[in-house]
Amino acid sequence: MAAKTLTIDGHLVSARPGETLLAAIREAGITVPTLCHLDGLSDVGACRLCLVEIEGQRRLQPACMTMVSEGMVVHTNTPRLQSYRRQIIELLFAERNHVCAVCVASGHCELQRLAGMVGMDHVRYEYLSPNCPVDISHPRFGIDHNRCVLCTRCVRACDEIEGVHTWDVAGRGVNAHVITDLNQPWGASTTCTSCGKCQLACPTGAIFPRGVTVGERPHASERIALIVEARKQRW
Amino acid sequence: MGQRIVIDPVTRIEGHAKISIHLDEAGDVAETRFHVTEFRGFERFCIGRPFWEMPGITARICGICPVSHLLASARAGDGLLAVQIPPAAEKLRRLMNLGQIIQSHALSFFHLSGPDLMLGFDSDPAQRNVFGLIAADPNLARNGIRLRQFGQEVIELLGGRKIHPAWAVPGGVRNGLSQSGRDQIRAKLPEMLTIALDAIGRLKQLTERYQREIATFGVFPSLYLGMVGPGGRWMHYGGKLRVIDHTGKILIDELDPIDYRDVIGEAVEPWSYLKFPYIRALGYPGGMYRVGPLARINVCTTMGATRADTELRELREQAGPVIEGSFYYHHARLIEIIAALERMEMLIEDDDLLSNELRADAGVNRREAVGVSEAPRGTLFHHYKVDDKGLITDVNLIIATGQNNLAINRTVGQIAQSYIRNGQFDQGILNRIEAGVRAYDPCLSCSTHAVGQMAMEVELYDAQGELLDRVSR
Ligand code: SF4
Ligand code: SF4
Ligand code: FES
Repeated sequence: MAAKTLTIDGHLVSARPGETLLAAIREAGITVPTLCHLDGLSDVGACRLCLVEIEGQRRLQPACMTMVSEGMVVHTNTPRLQSYRRQIIELLFAERNHVCAVCVASGHCELQRLAGMVGMDHVRYEYLSPNCPVDISHPRFGIDHNRCVLCTRCVRACDEIEGVHTWDVAGRGVNAHVITDLNQPWGASTTCTSCGKCQLACPTGAIFPRGVTVGERPHASERIALIVEARKQRW
Repeated sequence: MGQRIVIDPVTRIEGHAKISIHLDEAGDVAETRFHVTEFRGFERFCIGRPFWEMPGITARICGICPVSHLLASARAGDGLLAVQIPPAAEKLRRLMNLGQIIQSHALSFFHLSGPDLMLGFDSDPAQRNVFGLIAADPNLARNGIRLRQFGQEVIELLGGRKIHPAWAVPGGVRNGLSQSGRDQIRAKLPEMLTIALDAIGRLKQLTERYQREIATFGVFPSLYLGMVGPGGRWMHYGGKLRVIDHTGKILIDELDPIDYRDVIGEAVEPWSYLKFPYIRALGYPGGMYRVGPLARINVCTTMGATRADTELRELREQAGPVIEGSFYYHHARLIEIIAALERMEMLIEDDDLLSNELRADAGVNRREAVGVSEAPRGTLFHHYKVDDKGLITDVNLIIATGQNNLAINRTVGQIAQSYIRNGQFDQGILNRIEAGVRAYDPCLSCSTHAVGQMAMEVELYDAQGELLDRVSR
């Protein structure tokens, strides 16, 4: 199939058919913020940070879920997009309890980095300050729901790569939260293999190795793509 | 009928506090109170957190002495893991606490109290600050800055600027000391000792001038509590607790921090957010005790450091075996700086400091633990309970200013009584009350777990409860 030609932020770009717009944008050397997307996992379009403007379409489209097509004219960084992105990040901070100063992920956190990227200097929304539990019943890992952004990267890593589907999402709207097995304590899960891929995939300090202290949780999400590649190539 | 004086704010201490002085019909002091008016329920905030996070969280309670919280918390964490931490970690923690004592005492003596001491309590308030001190005695001011910087440097060499809030962790420490860091500390020690010895010489020259202050600043019998090491040596981390009475008799010795509740009770008063700890055996408020530099040099048998011991002996000859007045907190701070530098001299030669074995790994092996460190301002207790997984279910912190609370109240009363007669008083009296409080170096932001600025005001009320005067700066 012939390559598709499109215009991204004024540059002519050619892309492989069947490729996502996000991939094409990145190949063009342009940075678009993402959170729920993780190389190596399927896309779900949950966080809406990668929204772009496509000429001729009234609605904004998530780049990670949109396929390239011939002649597309795309804008990735308009004032409207900038404003929405900042609002999204602020809402994520307002929704749970992010106290970076004492967080295990501080300095290695995608949400924190995104906040800097979109220029968030304060949060304009009222904090919901929910009372979220911390589950450290697993012998090796813990989950602090205060820091979860519901990106579902853990759910997909566990399902698509490890293949055991320990993680899932329960509840709706503001009550949505990730669960292990049938909403049991993680330590009681009979499906969890303790492989730690969910921890690798998690962009924030929500899933962490037990016993880590402030700023000590490394960020290693890129290893998910590495595992996928290794499997494909039978390294 | 009576009058009431309230001092607000005591400048140069952190937090928010208020002093009220009630006068009687004759215009003499009937009652004084040192109130702390801000409160944030810090303990509650910790419930449900994994205890591994506690050093990082509690180090954020107070911007002035994070190291003390860090160490007490990490030590409580060691207790929950039920491990003995690697020797290198133990020594490095000790080294950091010495750095903390030096930098904090240097700040308190040279910058916060220096202006009062060197320029005089009745000097122009506009000049009686660190800038006035720099103008009047640039060398002393500069020395103070150097000493403080040195203490901070030691802390930074270990904890680093960025990760500092969680350098000490349950089970040990996160980073060791580099060879070059060790050389850097070693090279500076002689100069720092000269500065400290010079400063104590200067303070001793002032004793003559401040006879009246020495006699009226918190001179009353009380108990003293502090940590000591083997043989009753001055100790700031990892020792056992000792309580003595005003005659020097040892009432309690070798107390393991875990048993502190057997010895210390905590009373609550409706007019203050600080808790009022007291020694149970003597009841409340008779069991009033003091902690901090003065208490530590009183409870210890020796400083375990040559030059510091010389100074301590001299002071004991002059002021008695138990040094009672809170004015002597200043002497005590300088003696502790000297001792800390001498201890550092010894510690720095220990090759364990360069070890890479720094952290013991374990799960939850105990459900309750107490960690104690000697903060610059006094003994600091962190008491945690956790569930079987390690989530915090209960926290109790006892901080220095809380323990000195009763004594601070007494001190304020004593100074007021001595300087206010027949409703007559002047600005100098209020300065002295403020200085009497500052002698304890209270850190109110930490004692009430509140963040922000300390302000203090003194209000003077007459017998009818009418406000006569108010000082707030
Ligand atoms: S998860 Fe990230 S954003 Fe949230 S508190 Fe931790 S460091 Fe901050
Ligand atoms: S736990 Fe982490 S990976 Fe899973 S949904 Fe929450 S933030 Fe995403
Ligand atoms: S990265 Fe595209 S919607 Fe989250």
